[in-house]
Amino acid sequence: MPCIIINSETCKGCYLCIEVCPKKSIAIGKDLNSKGYHPALPMENGECSGCESCMIVCPELSIEVYDEE
Amino acid sequence: MKDAVTHYCQGCGHSVIHRLTAEVIEELGIADRAVGVPPAGCAVLAYFYFDVDMIEAPHGRACAVATGIKRANPESIVFSYQGDGDLAAIGTAEAVHSANRSENITVIFVNNAVYGMTGGQMAPTTLLGQRTTTSPAAAGREVHREGYPIKVSELLASLEGSTYIERCAVNSVRAIRRTKKAIREAFLTQMNGEGFSMVEILSPCPTNWKMSPVKSWKWIDEVMTPYFPLGVIKDSRKGSKKDAG
Amino acid sequence: MKNKEKRLMRGSEAIGEAAVRAGCACYFGYPITPQNELTEYMARRMMETGRVFLQSESEIAAINMSLGAASTGVRVMTSSSSPGISLKQEGISFIAAMELPCVIVNIVRGGPGLGNIAPAQSDYFQATRGGGHGDYRTIVLAPGSVQELYDLTRKSFELADEYRTPVLLLADGMLGQMMEPVVFNDKEILPEQLPDKPWTVKGAKDRPSRFIRSLLLDVDVEEEQNWRLYRKYQRIERREIRHEEYYMKGAELAIVAYGTAARIAKAAVKRCVEKNMRVGLIRPISLWPFPYEHIYKTAETVKHFMSFEMSTGQMIEDVQLGVKGRAEVLMYGRPGGVVPTPAELFRVISRAYNKIAREK
Repeated sequence: MPCIIINSETCKGCYLCIEVCPKKSIAIGKDLNSKGYHPALPMENGECSGCESCMIVCPELSIEVYDEE
Repeated sequence: MKDAVTHYCQGCGHSVIHRLTAEVIEELGIADRAVGVPPAGCAVLAYFYFDVDMIEAPHGRACAVATGIKRANPESIVFSYQGDGDLAAIGTAEAVHSANRSENITVIFVNNAVYGMTGGQMAPTTLLGQRTTTSPAAAGREVHREGYPIKVSELLASLEGSTYIERCAVNSVRAIRRTKKAIREAFLTQMNGEGFSMVEILSPCPTNWKMSPVKSWKWIDEVMTPYFPLGVIKDSRKGSKKDAG
Repeated sequence: MKNKEKRLMRGSEAIGEAAVRAGCACYFGYPITPQNELTEYMARRMMETGRVFLQSESEIAAINMSLGAASTGVRVMTSSSSPGISLKQEGISFIAAMELPCVIVNIVRGGPGLGNIAPAQSDYFQATRGGGHGDYRTIVLAPGSVQELYDLTRKSFELADEYRTPVLLLADGMLGQMMEPVVFNDKEILPEQLPDKPWTVKGAKDRPSRFIRSLLLDVDVEEEQNWRLYRKYQRIERREIRHEEYYMKGAELAIVAYGTAARIAKAAVKRCVEKNMRVGLIRPISLWPFPYEHIYKTAETVKHFMSFEMSTGQMIEDVQLGVKGRAEVLMYGRPGGVVPTPAELFRVISRAYNKIAREK
């Protein structure tokens, strides 16, 4: 099942990825990064279809989408 | 793109537009011929992010600087990257005349309806009713006092010299994909030597609109696009309408 | 000595021809009397030689096009007259800050405001102190003949490249219109024969990308850039001062004048000398850097100076800075585009000279 990795350090917490994820599988993380943002986080039980919507909208190039073999 | 975290606010459209422009430059294989001209505005620091040659223009003069570069060195692919204050207020004459001369340059025009860097003042594209730090009335911008927002794409499209002008937005996955294609068409116009190309991009400015990034996306749909309709405003390219790329 | 071509030329056309022969690849101009002949000459010659001529929508656009073209490493020139040069000041400050070579020609006219189209020298302060913002200087050269219009245009391109800085050629409506013989004593260079410059932005081919800018938000970085420019200006002050003298041996009264005013003064001083008055003429050719040292040394023996200008008196301040109180500095000037006659100046000098003689 494909999955995404969000670079918590460069995420500025705009949460546009959460907005566009068709599977609603991204959530606002609890902890803070060094800039004081709550980075977005792929949900534990979320499903990812590898559609790359989150990657396309992310202003900070913080999201990578992987197709796990 | 250089490996750098941008200074742009959370959810800012510039970040996305930088990436789309850089992707197009890379895919068209013109990185070693590209020369960018950032404005005096939020995107002035674009040269920290674009991994191509760049030279800063005085506020409003990017189209003139780009003209000078292109005329002096026609093989380079020159693009100016300007905001609405830079292009449609102080730089109007430079934009109009570059288009009218059908200058072979590409203009990336980021329309976020305010002066961002200086803290959210009214811009030439501030919408009627939109409140900013310099249109503070309860009713925001009003015609009898502040006049109308300028439709830059339509204005420049009326000039014979402009070849390809498209207005798009970066407020959804589909819109972002469409914007990348438009930027590509614009650069192809320049590469084929067919004259002046511009992409006007409706872009969110959450900080100065005082909205969340998500809400600012909606505001673009609900308020901006009715006044600034999206789509190809002008395409007088000789080549086939359907670009093979 | 190869007999060099000699041609009777109008002043502004001599500037244009010198630019073409100096390998100027781009010219950006905008119509304004009294320098239209230069723009029109460049329109013809640049097109003949397959180079870039562009009449812009404003002087502001022209100076910014020049900035862009200069960043690609080619030799660039733009020209205008007083009001147009005022419009270019922000651009010139940027060009100085970004250390780009560029030649700017000001055919000065009567001012202030719209003024008129007659010759004047009332842009001296703007030229030598800089009309733009920030700590920067521009080299300012003041030709006094059509031959010098030719020679100093060539020199301007060389200085601009050598020091990577804007150079201002300060002429006036009279110099621009007069016709005199010009000897082409320089070897023509084609743009492609000019040496490549290592700092240009032409597309990062086989090298890392680079950028040229003047926004330095970190004040320490901006300070260092200012001191870097300052050291460059000191170098220029040490090496690029130019001036000439006439009849200064044993002079007791020294007239200081440049450009057209110097031509008038030379005729007047000649008549004074014929009437056994010990009067001489100092003609600064570089207005920045100004020949302060030379004036200071002269003030050891000469105790009276007179600044003669086609203005209400601007260079006089530099003469006073030069003498440092060692001598009296008088002033005679006619602003507004009036061109004094040698006879008029002769009467003014004689009166001053006789007054000095009586007091002695």
